[in-house]
Amino acid sequence: MMFSIIDIIVYIFLGVGVFFNLLAGVGLLRFPDVYTRLHAGTKCTTFGSIFLSGSVILLGLRMWWFGNTDGSILAIHTGVALVAILVTNPTGAHAIARAAHRSGVKPVKAVVDDLEGGTTKKKSIGKKTATVKKKEEEEG
Amino acid sequence: MLAFIVTTIVCFIIYLLLTIGSATGASDFFNLGLWSNEEILFGVILSVIVGAIGRKIFVKKDFRMLNPVRWFTFLFYLFIPFFWGMAKANFDVAYRVITGKINPGIVKISPGLKTDLGITMLANSITLTPGTLSVDIDEDKNDLYIHWINVKKEALKKKPIDYKYVCGSFPKWVRRIAE
Amino acid sequence: MGKEDCRMIESFDTVYLFVLGLLFLSVIMAVIRIIKGPTAPDRVVGLDTVNTLVIVGMIIYGVAAGSVIYIDVAIVYALLSFISTLFIAKYLEGGGF
Repeated sequence: MMFSIIDIIVYIFLGVGVFFNLLAGVGLLRFPDVYTRLHAGTKCTTFGSIFLSGSVILLGLRMWWFGNTDGSILAIHTGVALVAILVTNPTGAHAIARAAHRSGVKPVKAVVDDLEGGTTKKKSIGKKTATVKKKEEEEG
Repeated sequence: MLAFIVTTIVCFIIYLLLTIGSATGASDFFNLGLWSNEEILFGVILSVIVGAIGRKIFVKKDFRMLNPVRWFTFLFYLFIPFFWGMAKANFDVAYRVITGKINPGIVKISPGLKTDLGITMLANSITLTPGTLSVDIDEDKNDLYIHWINVKKEALKKKPIDYKYVCGSFPKWVRRIAE
Repeated sequence: MGKEDCRMIESFDTVYLFVLGLLFLSVIMAVIRIIKGPTAPDRVVGLDTVNTLVIVGMIIYGVAAGSVIYIDVAIVYALLSFISTLFIAKYLEGGGF
């Protein structure tokens, strides 16, 4: 009885995960500019990945309960993969957003833009590379 | 030296997690049915190498993250306030994908965090929670620039914007965990 | 118990393959965004989404095929795709490496 409940939970997790992953695809097609597409592409895929990995972890734990050691390997490795996704996905989105803003993509229909015009680039690094370039030009 | 030991132990624990189930039988030194001798030996060698190379990157100035209270606070934060915020975020995005109603803008908040780890954790939390995405960071004052998908009118009256509108109580939690 | 065990896991095979098909549909939508995308950052967003979907797809296929090695590949792929995304973002910023 208890294990059929776990089966039902696994199916629910699979359904929720697939729904959010499909939503990420639809959001990528429907939204108007880079930043809103990042909203869809990051949040929805991360949330969907949590649920799909969660279903795999539950399945592995159930296998382990029945005495199959492969189940514990499945659960632990999926957990590590999930942690990797959770750490890397928002950081990558942040990198893309910053690159998009610095390369001059403006948010569509923006009400307010505090970052416009102002730049947070470290001035010292830019100057250093510029002077190095000048030196190289003079030498060459 | 302590930095080297901490990095080596963390690497070794991760290696052990990834090689569970490599046991060969009764000939194992630690006969728990989990690891074989070769895996443990190779794990020790690899973690010592990685600890020697990465100790300055992995551990910055102090050892405040060795406190177990911070770990349990982090786990609690991860499973209850953060996961709840994330679920709300996803239904919010689902609503906006289906209806197409957006009202975006980039706002600046100053959460007042000081450490690198704290600001990283807050930026990642903000990216995964309702309608917000961290775009850029002012590295001198640790101010965050955030793309907000649905800018509220009442939030714009005061400058700089109160961070309660954007990320709720997350800075409080992060301060408790990482500072 | 062994035989019964195997049968219980095999009953999940078709479900997981079906899930894999739906994930592939989502990948196709992201690829459309990569092809259409008006600016370069749009394409990178599409690529990032494809990467995450491929990682999840590897995990799901590992269960459906019954071998854990696919999940190890998924871990390595997650870390490598993260580094590639960071490098493309750095390139788009116009800064030197």
